[in-house]
Amino acid sequence: MQSNSSMRTPLGRVRGLGSAKSGTGHFWLQRVTAVSNLILTVIFIGVVIALVGRPYPAAVALLSNPCVAILMLLFILSACIHMRLGMQVVIEDYVHAEGPKVLAVMANTFFAIAVGAASVYAVLKLSFGG
Amino acid sequence: MAEFNLPKNSRLTEGKAWPKPANAKNVTEFKIYRWNPDDTANPRTDTYYVDRDDCGPMVLDALIWIKNKVDPTLTFRRSCREGICGSCAMNMDGKNGLACTTGIDECGGTGKSAGKVAIYPLPHMPVVKDLVPDLTRFYAQHASIEPWLQTTTPAPEKEWRQAKDDREKLDGLYECILCACCSTSCPSYWWNGDRYLGPAALLQAYRWLIDSRDEATGERLDNLEDPFRLYRCHTIMNCANACPKGLNPAKAIAEVKKMMVARQV
Repeated sequence: MQSNSSMRTPLGRVRGLGSAKSGTGHFWLQRVTAVSNLILTVIFIGVVIALVGRPYPAAVALLSNPCVAILMLLFILSACIHMRLGMQVVIEDYVHAEGPKVLAVMANTFFAIAVGAASVYAVLKLSFGG
Repeated sequence: MAEFNLPKNSRLTEGKAWPKPANAKNVTEFKIYRWNPDDTANPRTDTYYVDRDDCGPMVLDALIWIKNKVDPTLTFRRSCREGICGSCAMNMDGKNGLACTTGIDECGGTGKSAGKVAIYPLPHMPVVKDLVPDLTRFYAQHASIEPWLQTTTPAPEKEWRQAKDDREKLDGLYECILCACCSTSCPSYWWNGDRYLGPAALLQAYRWLIDSRDEATGERLDNLEDPFRLYRCHTIMNCANACPKGLNPAKAIAEVKKMMVARQV
């Protein structure tokens, strides 16, 4: 039984290291990016549909429009932030061993930044003439 | 990692089938979780047959009938038998509830278990014996939110006054009887119960956060603002589904999150 496994009082164990006094920023940013994703994903899908079956120069032409390029960059930013925040919650839910948890949270951040950087590079390359 | 399999010594085995009552016409089968801390055996499910013509309508009536007439070693908590003490919280037919306010006819499974009533202790808690869970940590979590009026202003001569509409804000919160049905139905509480306070403690936290007489709202929010204590709630809403008093802890938690955002945005 948990209550007998240590001499520490139950209240002492529940209080643990105390409140982190954070988490609201994470929670709020997840909602904000959810709203921006809602708009930007629709635009992204529109761009994809417009380019289905069309040749490479057509993609260059569409993305050299600054409005389209900026919207695509915003979509990448918003989606990658949201992806990172969401995945972090999943990791914290299910990975409990301290070492693997820290590694997974770190790898998650690296992955989101890598995906974001590669996508931004691709959009910029097309936008500035392929 | 989250536990997807029970530890070896917690795996269920088929237990004893107790004899059917003689000359009974109206019999219901009960499959009940048994575990005794005094031997090394794994938990088992015993089968009991209850004579419904000799027994009251509620699951608690059946448990008392079994204890009196069949097997005096069957162990469970009960006290008020009218849904106000919260002692007889258990998992019946796959759903948490109070044995005293759950009708036997409300249970009874589907498919292979049709007509049988399966009874287990509250999920994912250490078991003391049979249907008795160890709620030590659950009570400590309730204590950690400091569920009492906190004021700096010197106490008035008579009482702390509260407007009628402020008092009404506590409806749907003060009725909680701390039976633990909600917290033990919550997957987030199963996986992170050591750090997540769980729906019951958070509903009580909200009850004190919106009490117009309380002067410690900021400190209370500080104490809750934590990725684990509060933000493990993912609005799964098993809590609201399980609550035998019809309360909605998920809504209370959402209100706490709104207060957290309100003081920042």
